[in-house]
Amino acid sequence: MVERKIRVLVGKPGLDGHDRGAKIVASVLRDHGMEVIYTGLHKTPEMIAEIAVQEDVDVVGLSILSGAHMELFPRVRKALEERGLGQVLLVGGGIIPKDDMRELEREGFAKLFGPGTKTDDIANYITDEMSRRWAKEGADV
Amino acid sequence: MTPAASLAEKLLAGERSAVPRLISWAENADERFPAALARIFGRVGGAWRTGVTGPPGVGKSTLVNELARLFRERERTVGILAVDPSSPFTGGALLGDRIRMEERTLDAGVFIRSMASRGSHGGLALAAVDACDVMDAFGFDEVVVETVGVGQAEYDVVSAADTVLVVLCPGAGDSIQAMKAGLLEVADVLVVNKSDVSGADRLVTDLEEAVHIRTAGRTEWTTPVVACSAGTGKGVEGVVEAIETHRGFLAGDRKERLRAEKRILQVRRKVSERLSEAVWGSLGYLRTVETLLRNGATPYDVAARVMTTISAKLVDENPPSTDPGAGRP
Amino acid sequence: MSTSTDGASIVTAVNPREMWATAMAAGKVRDVEFTTLSGEPVQPLYGPEDASVDYERDLGWPGQFPYTRGVHPTMYRGRLWTMRQFAGFGTARETNERFKFLLDHGQTGLSTAFDFPTLMGRDSDDPMCRGEVGQVGVAISSLRDMEMLMDGIPMDRVSTSMTINGPAPILLAFYIACAENQGVDPKVTRGTLQNDILKEYQAQHAWLVPPEPALRMITDVMSYCAEHVPKFNTISISGYHIREAGSTAAQELAFTLANGMEYVRRGIAAGMDVDEFAPRLSFFFDSHVDFFEEIAKFRAARRIWARKMRDEFGAKDPRSWMLRFHTQTAGVSLTAQQPENNIVRTAFEALAAVLGGTQSLHTNSMDETLSLPTEKAAKIALRTQQIIAEEIEVTNVVDPLAGSYFVEAETNRLEAQAEQYFLEVEQRGGVVPAIDAGYFQREIHNSAARYQRAVEAGRKRIVGVNSYVEDEGDGPEIEVHRIDPETEREALAGLRDLKRTRDGAAVERELAAVRETCHDGSNLLERFISAAHAYCTVGEIAQVLRDEFGEYREPKIL
Repeated sequence: MVERKIRVLVGKPGLDGHDRGAKIVASVLRDHGMEVIYTGLHKTPEMIAEIAVQEDVDVVGLSILSGAHMELFPRVRKALEERGLGQVLLVGGGIIPKDDMRELEREGFAKLFGPGTKTDDIANYITDEMSRRWAKEGADV
Repeated sequence: MTPAASLAEKLLAGERSAVPRLISWAENADERFPAALARIFGRVGGAWRTGVTGPPGVGKSTLVNELARLFRERERTVGILAVDPSSPFTGGALLGDRIRMEERTLDAGVFIRSMASRGSHGGLALAAVDACDVMDAFGFDEVVVETVGVGQAEYDVVSAADTVLVVLCPGAGDSIQAMKAGLLEVADVLVVNKSDVSGADRLVTDLEEAVHIRTAGRTEWTTPVVACSAGTGKGVEGVVEAIETHRGFLAGDRKERLRAEKRILQVRRKVSERLSEAVWGSLGYLRTVETLLRNGATPYDVAARVMTTISAKLVDENPPSTDPGAGRP
Repeated sequence: MSTSTDGASIVTAVNPREMWATAMAAGKVRDVEFTTLSGEPVQPLYGPEDASVDYERDLGWPGQFPYTRGVHPTMYRGRLWTMRQFAGFGTARETNERFKFLLDHGQTGLSTAFDFPTLMGRDSDDPMCRGEVGQVGVAISSLRDMEMLMDGIPMDRVSTSMTINGPAPILLAFYIACAENQGVDPKVTRGTLQNDILKEYQAQHAWLVPPEPALRMITDVMSYCAEHVPKFNTISISGYHIREAGSTAAQELAFTLANGMEYVRRGIAAGMDVDEFAPRLSFFFDSHVDFFEEIAKFRAARRIWARKMRDEFGAKDPRSWMLRFHTQTAGVSLTAQQPENNIVRTAFEALAAVLGGTQSLHTNSMDETLSLPTEKAAKIALRTQQIIAEEIEVTNVVDPLAGSYFVEAETNRLEAQAEQYFLEVEQRGGVVPAIDAGYFQREIHNSAARYQRAVEAGRKRIVGVNSYVEDEGDGPEIEVHRIDPETEREALAGLRDLKRTRDGAAVERELAAVRETCHDGSNLLERFISAAHAYCTVGEIAQVLRDEFGEYREPKIL
């Protein structure tokens, strides 16, 4: 039997070029056995959502360090919903003040990771959350 | 309607979102996939499938991006499958080929899917062919499959295409390796990318010579060698023309024969895979083999013993029924 | 093995160094990794045999070849470094106010941070830029914004640094046009344009067009400025972003100098005499938390550059040999946890830069991992430099760490590693082919990933992150500076107004001329200045460049 893999899109919305964190996280998720699609830099929310659709990913992780997260993150979420991907596990990270994290979590982001987060914690969060979801799916079928 | 039927219907109705989901089913060997494929299979066959392979770093993704641009200029829609290797240690994969295809992202006439090679060899080839069937059935005019030409699995993937491009570039020692590794034999078109880099002319000449030596008088198709620079777009028209020429060459009977052969190969792979899973999927046979070996049997003896047992169980005197729908769940 | 050199003592079987080594080996040491921040192993002790230095050849005297000890004979006795705090946010008007505030508080040079739209060559009204206008720097879409930015600031007297790369020639054109409109001769304007495109492809990623046309614009800037704007540093060859992207100290040093040498080659290939432009090249390094490794890095940088310029490129003018540099303390070393600790980190980093002989310095504010600095945090950062300059007596003596066995050994080590990287780059056909192949990008990513693993495994400690961690509770403990959404609206309104009131026909004419200049090989900067006077925007000019030269696509490196 083929083992089902968690497919993750790691996206960089907006214009900032700081991809150190995004690339490290992408590598770590790969090392945790996930299939990671890295979008490259300077993507619009629409492009990210379109890639998520074509790649049929389970998880969308966004990284932003430009301060434009309150503009761009909700737009990604909206673009995903418009394409029928409202159910993907949506997470984000970057320089995001705690107030903003709380607001984004209210707006449909499953979790926001701040500076200094252990990359293994991110991977474990995604693994746990996806096994929970798949177990539930299995039970529903 | 079953989930398989409803997803198949969506695809047939032209809903693009059905394409990625069906491909996921194929790559996860989801039990719903065969039933879905059965519903869409009548629509398979309209697309021209081009396989693109070559050593790492020769610019395959950039070339595929340029091919897609030119196909779009000819108002043809394009489905792209980019296969990257999985890590043998963790089973994970980083799929980054589409970075080079960025400007195609929002083009409704282009669909790009990344696929990891995952563990099993036969599995990848099967999932990739299934994915191509899905894109074909959806109605893409062109289906392009890209793989890194390093292993048997990747080789199997591209050889399922109608036209196989092998991409090389000057300066890479890998190109010589590729020639040694038999990539030349699988090529319908040889592409020398990075034609603006020194050494490109030499590589073209060398390849032409190699092709001549191997094929002169023995095949009806002489593999052309086309130079281009995918980075600047220069010469990529020539690659498209070579694909067109090959397509013309295969028109009619040749195409049907070739595709039939490839389908047969697909079925044989599927059977081998099933068989192998039936034998080794549970621990029984494995234990017996261990015991026999421990007791001093040679590998030949053990294999013969296994074959006798499974032949008795599996192979009937009569081949299966020829009704295409028979045996379907 | 050797006998004691001390004639008075009696020769024994074991010399003192060996006695120490034996004692050291027998002693108990803490269970931590003894490596530099870059992961280089370090010995417990350095002695004369570890630091082979020929004094005249390798160190020399301050102000003399190979400048290991500093580029000026007097160093900080003559003149302190320029305290240059990077500032810029919101609209040109708001940044203009911040500039005036900083000048009033004793800052001696201006340093402009631009927002991402400007850095990417896009106007504030570009749909790609929603939510980013004025976020991390000032939005400058046209000469009009530049005029507002420099309003009331004497352009003949301040020195202005502009941190921009892809569209740097366009922004310099705005600056020159602005000076002309202020009635200031561009010949007397002073400042530094970052204009270092190579490291953008390698690390920072704010590019505009592919490397070759970008390098042509850079040689256009070098040749135009050599004649018309001779006091402007035309490129600030920057290791800062390479380091912040995760490189080691050796990689920062090597890649930066490799880039510098590439610019020199390009300038020479464009027909310039090396001594015509090399004196206007300056450098920009990171100062990270590894105190000694950083000091050694700065010293090695000066020595390598002097040797390369004199011996490989045949520069005759000593000013071409001198590596002058700006330093910024390491943004990546700051932590969001217990942010006040960042003041301490920054102070050590700043001290390393000063002991390494920097010409100018930016100290980060403690709150930068959270947002743009608040006024209070920015002031503490500036005061940190002032304390180093005036209170702690480190500016009395030139290059005070020279002769330290450890520092000299580290300086040698970094020089040797840099030479190794130069070879690697050469084997890949030079800097541009190595960029195309993703070489630098992959090296940097691998170092970043290695460091991250070391931190997560606890082998490298960061106070507040994996050591002495405190429960942070909920909200941020310190005030966060937020950009008013009004900023974007104000920038958009300004742009709308500009597009309505300027001479549209002149704009079209100028843009067509830029298009032509792309292909006829004449000087693009000169053309941009003319376009600036017609109030063409950065986005409009950049779009012509993107159309004519193509857009850059990053290679796949993961």
